[in-house]
Formats: sequence, structure tokens, C-alpha cells
Amino acid sequence: MLQDRDRIFTNLYGEQPWQLEAARRRGDWDGTRELILKGREWIVQQIKDSGLRGRGGAGFPTSLKWSFMPKTSDGGPVYLVVNADESEPGTCKDREILRHEPHKLLEGVVLAGAAMGCTHCYIYVRGEFVREAQVLEAAVQEAYEAGLIGRNACGSGYDIEVVVHRGAGAYICGEETGLLESLEGKKGQPRLKPPFPAQVGLYGRPTTVNNVETIAVVPTILRRGADWFAGLGRPNNTGTKIFCISGHVNQPCTVEEEMGIPLRELIEKHAGGVRGGWDNLLAVIPGGSSVPLIPKSVCDTVRMDFDALREAGSGLGTAGVIVMDRSTDIVKAIARLSRFYMHESCGQCTPCREGTGWLWRMMERLVRGEAEIEEIDQLWDVTKQIEGHTICALGDAAAWPVQGLIRHFRDELERRIRERKRRQAA
Amino acid sequence: MPKVTINGREYEVPAGITVFQACELAGIEIPHFCYHPRLNIAGNCRMCLVEVEKSPKPVASCAMPVMDGMVIRTDTPMVHKARRGVLEFLLINHPLDCPICDQGGECDLQDLTLFYGPDHSRYRENKRAVADKYLGPLISTHMTRCIHCTRCIRFLTEVAGVPELGGINRGEHMEITNYIERALTSELQGNIIDLCPVGALNSKPYEYRARTWELRKTESVDVMDAVGSAIRVDSRGNEVMRILPRLHEEVNEEWISDRTRFAYDGLKYRRLDVPMVRRAGRLEEADWREAFRAIRDRLAGVPGERVAFIIGDLACLESMVLVRELAARLECPHVDSRQLGERLSGRVRVEHLFNPTIAGIERADLCLLVGTNPRWEAPLVNARLRKAWRLSGLEVARLGCPFDLTYPVDHLGDSPTILEAIADGSHPFARRLEKAERPLLILGTGAVARPDGAAILHLAWRIAERYGLVRDDWTGYGFLHHAAARPGALELGLVPAEGGRDVAAILEGAERGEIEVVFLLGADEIDATRLDGAFLVYLGTHGDRAAPHADVILPGAAYTEKNATWVNTEGRPQRGRLAVFPPGEAREDWKILRALSEALGRTVPLDNLGQVRARMAEINPALSLVDAISPAAWEPFGSPGPVQDEPFVSPIRDFYLTNPITRASRTMQRCSREILHGEPAAEEAEVA
Repeated sequence: MLQDRDRIFTNLYGEQPWQLEAARRRGDWDGTRELILKGREWIVQQIKDSGLRGRGGAGFPTSLKWSFMPKTSDGGPVYLVVNADESEPGTCKDREILRHEPHKLLEGVVLAGAAMGCTHCYIYVRGEFVREAQVLEAAVQEAYEAGLIGRNACGSGYDIEVVVHRGAGAYICGEETGLLESLEGKKGQPRLKPPFPAQVGLYGRPTTVNNVETIAVVPTILRRGADWFAGLGRPNNTGTKIFCISGHVNQPCTVEEEMGIPLRELIEKHAGGVRGGWDNLLAVIPGGSSVPLIPKSVCDTVRMDFDALREAGSGLGTAGVIVMDRSTDIVKAIARLSRFYMHESCGQCTPCREGTGWLWRMMERLVRGEAEIEEIDQLWDVTKQIEGHTICALGDAAAWPVQGLIRHFRDELERRIRERKRRQAA
Repeated sequence: MPKVTINGREYEVPAGITVFQACELAGIEIPHFCYHPRLNIAGNCRMCLVEVEKSPKPVASCAMPVMDGMVIRTDTPMVHKARRGVLEFLLINHPLDCPICDQGGECDLQDLTLFYGPDHSRYRENKRAVADKYLGPLISTHMTRCIHCTRCIRFLTEVAGVPELGGINRGEHMEITNYIERALTSELQGNIIDLCPVGALNSKPYEYRARTWELRKTESVDVMDAVGSAIRVDSRGNEVMRILPRLHEEVNEEWISDRTRFAYDGLKYRRLDVPMVRRAGRLEEADWREAFRAIRDRLAGVPGERVAFIIGDLACLESMVLVRELAARLECPHVDSRQLGERLSGRVRVEHLFNPTIAGIERADLCLLVGTNPRWEAPLVNARLRKAWRLSGLEVARLGCPFDLTYPVDHLGDSPTILEAIADGSHPFARRLEKAERPLLILGTGAVARPDGAAILHLAWRIAERYGLVRDDWTGYGFLHHAAARPGALELGLVPAEGGRDVAAILEGAERGEIEVVFLLGADEIDATRLDGAFLVYLGTHGDRAAPHADVILPGAAYTEKNATWVNTEGRPQRGRLAVFPPGEAREDWKILRALSEALGRTVPLDNLGQVRARMAEINPALSLVDAISPAAWEPFGSPGPVQDEPFVSPIRDFYLTNPITRASRTMQRCSREILHGEPAAEEAEVA
């Protein structure tokens, strides 16, 4: 369990003001100038040594992503884009950072920007986050006035302009290239890769898109050292992570914990346990709606980190833990997710545009048992036809929850079909 | 050159191409919907997925660049499964109305489903229906059939430069629309019908009229403008059902303008299909013998200098050869093909040809347009200019004819005096001309169809000389014609002989009684009322502007009804072919003139097409080389003189109504009303 002294987000619950003065008391913006002056290689090396992996869901090594950016400037703009379009169902971690710890994010922007030679930073905030965007804008204002960002940021001689941009609430704009399109004022549709944003990104310039949490942990890593961060969690799954526990628990919460904490411990220590006791647990979606669910048997032992959950046939995703007890209509729950993905599919590429709607319609029938047993295999087949065939990962995200359901709850699906047939016969 | 392995065989392919193109080079077909070589890559149909070694997922071959050592497979179970899956997804919401769909028989979705698709449907839910959109009088929509490949959006945005289509809504609710449902305004919009891989976008005039397999396909050449687009005329029985583009990289690539595509219904209306003779003030039907006799009687005793010939905008070379021969036998010096009074001499080839060639536009880096609106006078030349601006950064400036050309244009002013200043080097644009690598000066009809036209031509020559527009490998001066017959007529030297009258003088002479007999070869752009004093013989296809004033009408063949040659603005002779027969008594024009010459006792001894063409080659050897450009030697042209401070004006005032065929076309009339004059959309029933 994470000790208080290892906590990065010390104001996650907003018990103290978010403003610059209070943030400084918590240790933000301390020695930022010196950290910048140690040079971009040093920063990237520190992040590499810390083993930080992207907190947005895919878990891509952050230092590797940064290293794709051009090492020398051609005089044109280079962009850092912070993805604050947090829309993943079951996830509410970036929101807490935006409203209670905005200065951690802004300091991270300066340091990450310095590590990549970025000239501008856009923070793309989800449209529904009205208050959060207001706080962030005020924090940006404070930081500009204090000389922490903008020209000669923190007196280091490094220039970075920070712009807060508000989205309009489309889930797909959280996909990194969809976000770039939206930022450019176009319809939010993911781009083809290659070319990757590090070569051709925002307005055709080199761009790195990072999650809020990824950027916000950077200052603390640099201050406390890569070894400290790497010492938390397990190899390749280091550091701390903000978990969002929702659903059938006694005290739903957002909490920073060490990577690799057992799921059961996470739920029982921080969320007051599953409603009706651990044995009342049915299944957990461990990483936001886009990953397959895991049944109780897996939940008993699984650790909450990228590799352990992948081995368990799921994923850490955004660490939005959705807990479902035995009162849950699990088919209906997954059908609701299918509807979400149908609604949020951008409509650009065929498998996702056509497939997500098909999935949802079949799922709706399966909720009522209006299907043939063979159609479960057909449903599985359709998810396989979507998965891996699309431009972005939304197709995969739509397929996986359904696959998880079929993998672990096929009995339940068949039971409903048989029961309905029996009722009809009678 | 990277080496790639495709299906176990190694190929060396050019660097920078995509996996799709590499497979194409290797002769391996990859099914696709959204990919089009002339449009940006969208990668959204996912039909072209292939397997690439070391990639866990199948990759979209249209968007993936080849890399050295890539191992590509297009024949694995993974690829077949991906293709079948994509087709299944496309078909679940696609209506199965192939039997009544115009695309049936030439549909990509049909063909690919046959080869790669599933043989039955597993889809048991309700299908999606999408409201049809109104896109104007040319394109009908069946949006339920749309597979969202976005080719139409990309064409209008990139090639046509009129971004009027887009996608709205998300996911399965995505729709292609122009949102405000008004007629599209591009003059290249018909091409999206060809681009649409399914039957979502159809030709409105052609819709439900024929099935593709009933049509006889004739390869021909277009005469609606002087570009000479390669076309295919599809006919059934003796009726032209539709016109489609053919590929010709040097001329029209694979696009055609809407005039080219949709004016064909004008071939059915207002046709002259029987000879007519004016008796007691009324035009009455006659037979050929009577018509010829009437001409012979009137011509008896009239000396050659009291006779004149005016050649129209659509005339073919063959008929013009006969005019030339007949005029010579009548000792008539008054032959003119420059209906609008262009001051082109017809004696210096380089003066009246588009020397840089249409494809050559792409090599230019600075272009000055003088007195032309290429978007209306030659839409495909304008598309090339836009392409050069888009892909290689061509900068365009312009004198006169302000109009939205779909790319940024530096409007220098309207007056020829600015051209003078450029020729003197006193205008700031002179600096840009000096700096340019391959500058290009394009003169249009509007620059020379004016009293000071020769002086303007001379200025153009001086600019070309002064700024090095003409070099061994580059001729940066071109004349852009707007009428199909004009370049050919000038190549045949159909301008007044020594002491002969030009069009204006012929009209004046007719009014004064100095010209007694005037032959019009489809000439409808002149003020025919001024010819009422003379005996008027009209040889042409339509009862358009001039025919009502004629004393004898000789019904000729339209461009789809004869084997004939036209020269495009580049000086490229191209052959049109007979697709349908001329209506009624109408005959091929050269035959009519041949018969007339015999009736007049001045027989032109050219008895078949071969002899006519041999004579054509004698007059100008360049005309015998079909589809080849014989470069013109650089010589001085124009004549020095003062220019007037009058703005340049384009000869075309209405893009859709430029010649007898388009004016007779109901489709073109409707386009003119609706697209150019903003009249509200006509009821659907009216078209049918």
C-alpha cells in the first residue's frame, strides 16, 4: 500500500486551495528552473529510468514516445498537446488533477515541453468539464503572471506558450489524432498512421500527445529521482497510479495507489469493499469501459498493473475500476457499453461504423434472450471482424467488452436464450 | 529502390510508393473502395487490408508506405477473412436494390462482393435508411446506398476546389451532404458520379433510362470546349444515352466538365433534320436537290468577292477542308473562322496554340492569365492550374475577367495598360516574372477579340521575349481557345485571304449589299440579323440563332454523328467517331459540301474521307498526326500599336449555354437557371 510520503497528488481531494500559493506550499514549481537547465537529454533519461508508462490507457513508455520527436529544431513550431478529454466511462482521474492540482500539470507541461523542445502547448479539455476548464484557465493565468510559463519560463530561458482549448464532448476526440483534427477545427476523426504525430502532427508539425496524469507526474519524478519512482510497483509497471473505483462498492472513490496493488486490496482498503461482501462480487471491469471484464475468480488474485491484467485477458486501461456485484444484469451492462461505442463511433471507417451498431442490436436481443444459441458465435465473429481492422482503437474498445462477456458469461447468455424458448413453448 | 516480397516473390519498387501501388506494379489486384490514385488517401473503407510480416494487425495497403525488406502477403486466410468481413459490414446496411439501381452492372460493390464477399447474410436487424439529398439538376442521390468512401467529398474539395460536400453526424448516422441542399456549383461535379463506387450518386438525366449492358460504347472526342477531352459516347439504338470520360493523361486525365457530360440531350432537340428553302418569306421543307438548286440559282453570276463563308465553333476539320476548297473554287477571299473577331493572324502557329501543353502547366511556377476565365472557358485547364497550385505551388496572377478560379489568384487589374507596363518592366509583376523558373503567360479569347487585339498579342510576344518565357525546353506562352473548331480552323489557315473580309467586315458588307451570299458553317455566335440583307445558307445541326434567318438550310451532323477530326487548343488533332447516325435527312457536313460543289459546277475532287484527310495533311502536315502535338516554331506575332484602356471580358457569359447543342439541352438550360441565376429548384416531375 502506498505510503503518504510517496504520494504525488497530495491535493487530489481538494482539501487545500488549487491556487499557485498553496501549490507552492505542496512543493510544486520548486526548482523547476534548475530541472530545465539540466537539459532535455537529462529529463528524457530520468523519465526513461523511472519506467513511466503513459497513463491514458495504452501504457506506451513515455520516454520512448518523447524520443520520437525531432532532436534539433528547424525553426518552426513543435507542439505538446495534453489530452484532457477524459471521457472513458468509469474514469475520473484527470478531472481531479485539473480542478485540484492544475499547477502540477502546468509544471509538467514546462518540463515535458523542455524535454522535447516544444514551443507551444495545447491542453484539450473535455467540453463537459466547465468548472475544471475555468480552474485550469485561471491557473494558466497565474502561471503566466508569475513568469512560470510563457517567454523565459521560470527564468530558464526556455519559451513555451500554453493554450487551454475546450472540446465539445465527443469521445473520439480523446483519441490522439482525432484530438488533433478537432484542435485544428475539423470533424474529430482519427488520422491514418503512419505518419505518426511525432513527424506530422498538429498543423503538420511534430507533436506529442500525452495524458494529463502522465504529464502531471513528471515534475515529482524529476524532483524525487527516477529511482524513487522505479522503486514503486513492479518492474515495467512502476510508480503510482490514480485509480477510480465506481459501481457496487460501499465508498466509490478516486485514489492514488501503487502500481501492482492487488485488486481486492484496492477495493477493500479504499472503497470500503464490495457491497454485500467480497463473495457478492460478480465481475470487474478494471480499466475503463474499453477493456474486457474479469470475473470474480480472476479478481481474487489479480494485481492492478499493465502486464498482470494483460495476462489475465484484460488491461489496465485508464484504471477506471467498475465493480459489479451479483445484482448486476451483466448482459445489459455490456449492452449499454455497446450502445456507447455505437454512439461514439466517428463513422469514418467501415468495420467500426457498421459493426458497432450491429453489436449493440445483437446485444439488445441477447439481453432479452431473443436469439439463437449460434448467434453467440456469430457475435464473437463480428467482434473479431471489427477488432484490429479499424483506423483507431475505438473498434477494439467496442469489441473487447463483448468478447469479455462471451468469454466469461457464455452460460448466462445461453441460459437466457433457453429460458425464453421455454417460456415461448409454454 | 526498396526491395519488397509480395506473396513470396521479390520485387524492386520505387521508393515512396504505397504497399497498394507496389502490389499493383506486381500485377496483384487489391480490392478497394475509397482509394483513388488522383485523390488524397482516406484509408476508411478498410477493403485493401493486407498482411505485412511483423505487423500484428492487417494493414491498410493504400495508406502504408513501402519499406525496404517488407514482406507482404495478399493471399492469406487473415486477408481473405478481413475482406469478407469488410464486405459483410458494407452490405448489412446497403439496400439490395441492384435490379433497379443505375450502378448495376458497373458497381464496385457488386463486383467485389462477387469475388471476395460472403454468399449469404447473417444480418437479422433492421437496415438503415438515409434521406436523399438534393444536389441540383445533374446529380441524383440514393444515400441509403452510400458506403461513406468520401471520394465525392475529396474530389470536390481537392480537384474541383469547391468544397460543398462533407460528412455530418457520427458513426452509423454519418451522412454525406451539402447540408443546405442547394445545387452544387462546381462545373466538374459530374465526375463524382463516376467516382461513386456504388449507386449513391447517379446522373439525374440518365437515371432509369438504360442499363449499362444495353449500351454501345464509342470512343470519341468532346467539342464543348477547346480542351478536346477524351470521351466515350454510350448509345442505344440511334440515341446517345450518356457521355463518360476516357482516360487521357495529357488532356483531361479522367475528368470531364459538366457541359461535356450532360449536354447530350441537346442532340435531340431543335434539330435540323431536313433541308429547307425559303419560299415567299417562309422556310419550307425541301429535298437536297431543291436546296442545292436554290443555292445554285442565287449564286449564278455572283462574283467570288460578293460571297462569304463564316465558320462556327463546332466545325470539324473535314468540313473546313471542303469550305476551303469550295471557297477557292468560287474565288471567294472572304472566309473567316474567328466568329468573335479574334485578332489572331492564323499565319503564325505559335500565336494561336497552347504551346506549353495542358500537362505542361504542372511544370510552371508562375502563371499570368490575360483576358480569360479558364474555369468557364476550359474547366479542365483550370483543374490543371489548380492541381499545379495545390501540388507544386504554382502562383497565378491575372489581368481581367475577375472570377473565383478555386485557387488564390493575384488580380493585377483589368486594363491592357497593365500588360504594357509589364512589357516595359515598370510594373512590380515584372520582378516576379524575372525571378520565375518557368513562367507561363496564357492569353484567352477575351484578350484578342477586341480592336486592339493585335497590339495585345504583340505585347505578349514582347513579354515572352523579355522575360525568357521561351527556352529550349519550355514555351511559356499559350493561347487558350474556348471553341473546339477554332484551333483547327487556324491550323487550316481559315482566315481572310489578301483583301478578304473578316467577320465584322462580312456583316458590314452584307448590310451594305456588298456581300450577296453568306455561307454559315454552324456559325451561331454572330448577330445573324445583320445578314438579313444577304442570301444566307446555313449548314448546321440546330435551329439556333442563325438558322431562322437562313434562306437555305442544309442539315448537318453533330459531333457524335460523324467520323471527324478536331484540333484542341494545344494543336493536338483527335478523331471523333460516329456513335449514332444523323437524324432524318441530315448528312455528314463534308459530304454535303462535296455534293454542293458538284451542284454548283465547281466540283471539289475529294470523294472519300481518306482523300479529304490527305488534302488536310497537304495543307498542314501537323494535322495528319493524330493525338500528337507538332511543336510550333517561336516567331514574332501581333503588331505593335496602342492599346485601349478597356477591361478584358471573357467571351463566355453563361457556362452552360455556349453553343447550339448546349442551348438546345434542357439539362443545360436548367443548370443555367438554377446554378447561375439562382432560380429555385424545379420540381422533380418537370425533369422527367
